[in-house]
Amino acid sequence: MNGPQDLGGQMGFGPVAPELDEPIFHSEWEKRALGLTLCAGAMGHWNIDESRHARESLHPADYYASSYYEIWTKALETLLERHGFVSREERMAGRSLGAGTAAKRKLIAADVPAVLARGGPCDRPVASAPRFKAGDRVRTKTINPAGHTRLPRYARDKVGVIEAVRDGFVFPDTNAQGQGENAQYVYTIAFDGTEIWGQDADPTLSVSIDAWESYLEPA
Amino acid sequence: MHDDHDHHHDNHLDPMAARVKALETILTEKGLIDPAAIDVIIDTYENKVGPRNGAKVVARAWTDPAFSDWLRRDATAAIASLGFSGRQGEHMQAVFNTPDTHNLIVCTLCSCYPWSVLGLPPVWYKAPPYRSRAVIDPRSVLEEFGLGLPAETRIRVWDSTAELRYLVVPMRPDGAEEWSEDRLASLVTRDSMIGTAQVKLPDAP
Repeated sequence: MNGPQDLGGQMGFGPVAPELDEPIFHSEWEKRALGLTLCAGAMGHWNIDESRHARESLHPADYYASSYYEIWTKALETLLERHGFVSREERMAGRSLGAGTAAKRKLIAADVPAVLARGGPCDRPVASAPRFKAGDRVRTKTINPAGHTRLPRYARDKVGVIEAVRDGFVFPDTNAQGQGENAQYVYTIAFDGTEIWGQDADPTLSVSIDAWESYLEPA
Repeated sequence: MHDDHDHHHDNHLDPMAARVKALETILTEKGLIDPAAIDVIIDTYENKVGPRNGAKVVARAWTDPAFSDWLRRDATAAIASLGFSGRQGEHMQAVFNTPDTHNLIVCTLCSCYPWSVLGLPPVWYKAPPYRSRAVIDPRSVLEEFGLGLPAETRIRVWDSTAELRYLVVPMRPDGAEEWSEDRLASLVTRDSMIGTAQVKLPDAP
């Protein structure tokens, strides 16, 4: 979706302002928000793409006014409500008001090290051969899906060169909507800065994205 | 002083703390989560998984050409051989700075970051100023980090739009030829592995 998350090339947000000796967390609730997000995800009722889509679906004014742990927490509320785990009334009351969905899994403390060490690989076999090879010139498509996508606006309808053919990966555009993993090959595509930003761009700049095969056509 | 105040009375929690506490309370009451699991997750990213992991990878690459070559070809396996793998590091790619080309990592669409080697991302990495500008005007971003590159240095920005996670291998500083791998690792900063800094000797300007 052309949402608030699609930030590449946007202007007006000011300096980066890195914080000297930044702490890992800025408050206790951020720690709990991280842990809650991971534990709730481990119940197994949504995938990382649905999580990302819940975050980018915040109203833009809310998204830009929120820190990233706030964004995570607000999206987690959405996911827990959508999947029948925690109702709005329960959030207002601050306590359980009855049973909801039964979780497929529960992450217990003893299993955390192994679960984090395993991670969630999302490479998948693809039966067909890759359509493109390294060195091919490709054009990214013009698409404006209302749902989740990982093709940023700044890199649509641009010509670049395939640098690397990656493995097959779960396709986020369908996976986020519960429409299946539909794995496709992913490619690393490099664009000249001038192709993306025009003649005034820094001539020394090149930018790459990792793009699923269906985002691409031969150029 | 009453520093503990906010931590012990719910009615004084700030709004986000209250929202998070409500979720944790409800999910715990329903038996859906184990609060002790949250503690272990926090401990992992506060004390076990962080940029010291990545620094060891870089120092090994600087001192062992065979490892460096492996890291270039199959970063996931090479990094795993040092014991670093797992969540948000499942599919790794190392990118090497050279005298001609400086690499910079960003995720314009969210906050993708190589947790297994760098830990949790800093706030600025996840915030709109960096995410918006890194791809269109990286030189000015780098200058805000105190890094002024020569005008002819090529800048390559890697936007982490899929599930590959990138680690920048900075250039080894001159003057550290005799240093041990461990001592070299102590020089390697988090920012140098994102690409917003270079590695310098302690007394370098």
